[in-house]
Amino acid sequence: MTTRLFGEPVQRREDPRLITGRGRYLDDLGAGALAAAFVRSPHAHARILDVDVSDALDVDGLVAIYTWEDLPGALAEPLPLLIPHPALTHGRTAYPLAREIVRHVGEPVVMVVARDRYLAEDACALIRVGYEVLKPVVGLEEAAGGAHLVHDDVPGNIGAHLVQEVPGPGGETAREAVDAAPHRLEFRLDVERSACTPLEGKGVYARWDADDASLRVYSSTQTSTSVRMAIAAKLGLPLPKVEVVAPDVGGGFGVKIVHPWPEEILVPWAARLLNRELKWTEDRREHFVSSSHERGQVQHVRVGFDDDGRLLGLEVEILHDHGAYTPYGIIVPIITSTQLLGPYKVGAYRVEFSSVYTNTVQVTPYRGAGRPQGVFCMERTMDKIAAYLGRDRTEVRAANFVQPDEFPYDQGLTFQDGRPLIYDSGDYPEALRMLKELIGWDSFPEEKARAAAEGRRIGIGVGCYVEGTGVGPYEGGHVQITSDGRVHVSTGLTSQGQGHETVFAQIAATELGVPIERVSVVTGDTRRFGYAVGTFASRAAVMSGNAIALACRKVREKALRIAAEALEADPRDLEITDGMVHVAGAPSASIPLATVAVLSNPLRYAFDEEAKRATQFAGPASDDRPPVAEGEEPGLEGRDYYSPVRSTFAAGMHAAIVETDPDTAEIRILRYAVVHDCGRLINPMIVEGQIHGGVAQGVGGALYEKMVYDEHGQLLNASFMDFLMPYATEIPRIETAHLETPSPLNPLGIKGAGEAGVIPVSAVLAAAIEDAEGIPIDRMPISPSDLHTLRRSR
Amino acid sequence: MRVNLTVNGRATAADDVWEGESLLYVLRERLGLPGAKNACEQGECGSCTVYLDGTPVCACLVAAGQAEGREVVTVEGLSRGDAPLPGAGPAHGDVSGEGLHEVQRAFLDAGAVQCGFCTPGLVVQAHALLAEADGVPSDADIREALAGNLCRCTGYEKILDAVRLAATRLGPPP
Ligand code: FES
Ligand code: FES
Repeated sequence: MTTRLFGEPVQRREDPRLITGRGRYLDDLGAGALAAAFVRSPHAHARILDVDVSDALDVDGLVAIYTWEDLPGALAEPLPLLIPHPALTHGRTAYPLAREIVRHVGEPVVMVVARDRYLAEDACALIRVGYEVLKPVVGLEEAAGGAHLVHDDVPGNIGAHLVQEVPGPGGETAREAVDAAPHRLEFRLDVERSACTPLEGKGVYARWDADDASLRVYSSTQTSTSVRMAIAAKLGLPLPKVEVVAPDVGGGFGVKIVHPWPEEILVPWAARLLNRELKWTEDRREHFVSSSHERGQVQHVRVGFDDDGRLLGLEVEILHDHGAYTPYGIIVPIITSTQLLGPYKVGAYRVEFSSVYTNTVQVTPYRGAGRPQGVFCMERTMDKIAAYLGRDRTEVRAANFVQPDEFPYDQGLTFQDGRPLIYDSGDYPEALRMLKELIGWDSFPEEKARAAAEGRRIGIGVGCYVEGTGVGPYEGGHVQITSDGRVHVSTGLTSQGQGHETVFAQIAATELGVPIERVSVVTGDTRRFGYAVGTFASRAAVMSGNAIALACRKVREKALRIAAEALEADPRDLEITDGMVHVAGAPSASIPLATVAVLSNPLRYAFDEEAKRATQFAGPASDDRPPVAEGEEPGLEGRDYYSPVRSTFAAGMHAAIVETDPDTAEIRILRYAVVHDCGRLINPMIVEGQIHGGVAQGVGGALYEKMVYDEHGQLLNASFMDFLMPYATEIPRIETAHLETPSPLNPLGIKGAGEAGVIPVSAVLAAAIEDAEGIPIDRMPISPSDLHTLRRSR
Repeated sequence: MRVNLTVNGRATAADDVWEGESLLYVLRERLGLPGAKNACEQGECGSCTVYLDGTPVCACLVAAGQAEGREVVTVEGLSRGDAPLPGAGPAHGDVSGEGLHEVQRAFLDAGAVQCGFCTPGLVVQAHALLAEADGVPSDADIREALAGNLCRCTGYEKILDAVRLAATRLGPPP
């Protein structure tokens, strides 16, 4: 029986519970707990005049009502600004409950606690908040005009302004390079807002144990360790008295990495104050108006290039819509600015962004986190150059690729982890070759002509990206083999559907030589592992995967040492197969790992048959050495951390063929092809699933999804009826091929895969629609009516 | 009010039910069956899909009173009740496919699950499609049948694979 599982499409170990309805998500916990609900601002910008709760007091089952005035100490302060940056000169965050001013529809104003959610909502409906309505700032360019302010003390609504510049090979600036180039283009691009929209919204459930003076909090979060620290700090509790557990989480895609959400500290605070279990589960409308959005940008591009389409200089100015607050700093526009470069060498580069406040829901990372906009910018640029020169679009791209022998390749910028943007490995020409073959790029012109002869319009598009994955600072892993031979693995980061219980078990089983059935994995539970960062930025497999592998190697080494003594062999001659340590080539000289675990822990008391072996009179002991040798610890367990010098860079290329209806302007994707390189694959089935899901979200963002705000700052489509997410009827089959260029940066040679699928989709579909229609597509998403309008204005 | 109904083959009653309450709330909060999920309460996502007298419905749109005297089957009722609890929670590593319905087994084999929040609804919907289907349904028929169920994670492809796999294994109806 083989224990080599790394690289195999192993069935997901979390699925048996999830397909039988036995998964336990936040709202499945805490039966009988009190329920919280919130009165949220109906205005985009207003001053709170008064809060009248008198009618609500009559609601039978009401327990408590809180406003900002009730919040003590640190809880009354603004929420933390998680990622400060020197360029974020005017960072602003919200209060957990609004203080004086509300800045977007949906901002929480009053918290109500009642016997159940129905009653809590009834009470909310009876609370009257008096507002003086202020002028709302809606629309990116209007906001940047600065006529009205979102925050009184933020002039021009500009929260941050950052310029990054890399000179060309001859030391020329981007402006000089563009001006001196043989050919120049200048244009504007627009990307609209979308949102993560996991099927499960946020939720928090808190239990205060008064006897133990400790708090346990369950949260549907992407970072339980950091939520724990935030709660301890905000509530003034000693850290060891706070536990945070992420149960099964119904998707995250970025929105649940933001923390602490107001509810994540208010619910534990009230649970402790009331000494009652308390739960809040976000409903769908709340998720639309009070969590996070992303993507909204306006980009102005100037590019200079030579006759072969080689870039000589590129200047990009970005207006980035940050919504009302900046709790996650300026990570999104930084990623746009840096990852815009993709697999290309651009000559001289200058990128400048302004982060602009508007009276809308805050902007924080959504899967892809600024990359889809950056890739849209670069890939539209490539297509425009090709069109201008009359060249094949893939040829222009190939002319600009970083070549396989140029790694590590330094792009000369500072990435989102504060480290230099240095690509570690890749093979872009090969990826493009594979993609062209997969989609049939070279034979497409004939296909298009045939379709045209039948009166059909079809078009093809391509898009390339590079994604910095596995950002630090670190993750850790703990591995313990118990005396029953089971392997218990834990890591602090969380899971929202990525199959971590499976891939981490594959890694542990492979490293330790044990059957995967014996391995169990726990993530996101601070009772098991307290040090972690979180699950975002395609980092979990790289960070925790490597940390767990390193921890396993420590445990393996210890197991071999103990087994060698028992078998009177040299540890270097030992191997572990199927949970048995044996002398290589001599399977009869063996000892089960379970027994090694028993021997690793010298015992005074025999609590079962196996344990007898480790007690003091069990066998000959060396008299001159303590039972636990110096530098050793009892038990067969190990802990290790992985902290990379910098990110590892995955890459991919997508192509699509679309058909547009000449009459209705309906846009149909006929084929979608993906070539993807995330280094060594741990589980191809899971990686494929991640890609499919990412592409589907990309298709949503390209063709269907946008946040429709009116001039008053009301979100008009805050429901699944009106915000169109793709169903099975909208998503095509996705053809995938894998290229594996291992990362030299980490022991397992892996790169992240979580976000990849979504990144180039808007760029690819814009290109394909443009090819079908012969109309420049500079704004996404594009609906049939948008296309119809474009046709008429041609 | 009291609502009497049969759930997963067992006659049961829910007490103190308020008139405005949904069947979904009754199942989840009063009968201890959290398998069906609440993701929109608007009939748009299908996460709450259960059988009501043999027809798949969005439990969030059914008033509790409408279920009086009727028969409900939830995702919990599709696998054999006496089956060992496969991986009862995130802390349990045991994986056992025993007792699973063919549709559930196919979801497992095809890798059709990611976060799993949409899964209970999709399993019931796919179960309903295959109960009616004559052989392996066409791609278009599967997509159409699942067009009321949102999944934000999988891009649907492996879910479609699972449905085809289950259909093949179940074979033509007797
Ligand atoms: S919760 Fe019932 S359809 Fe969405
Ligand atoms: S698996 Fe997450 S919504 Fe479908």
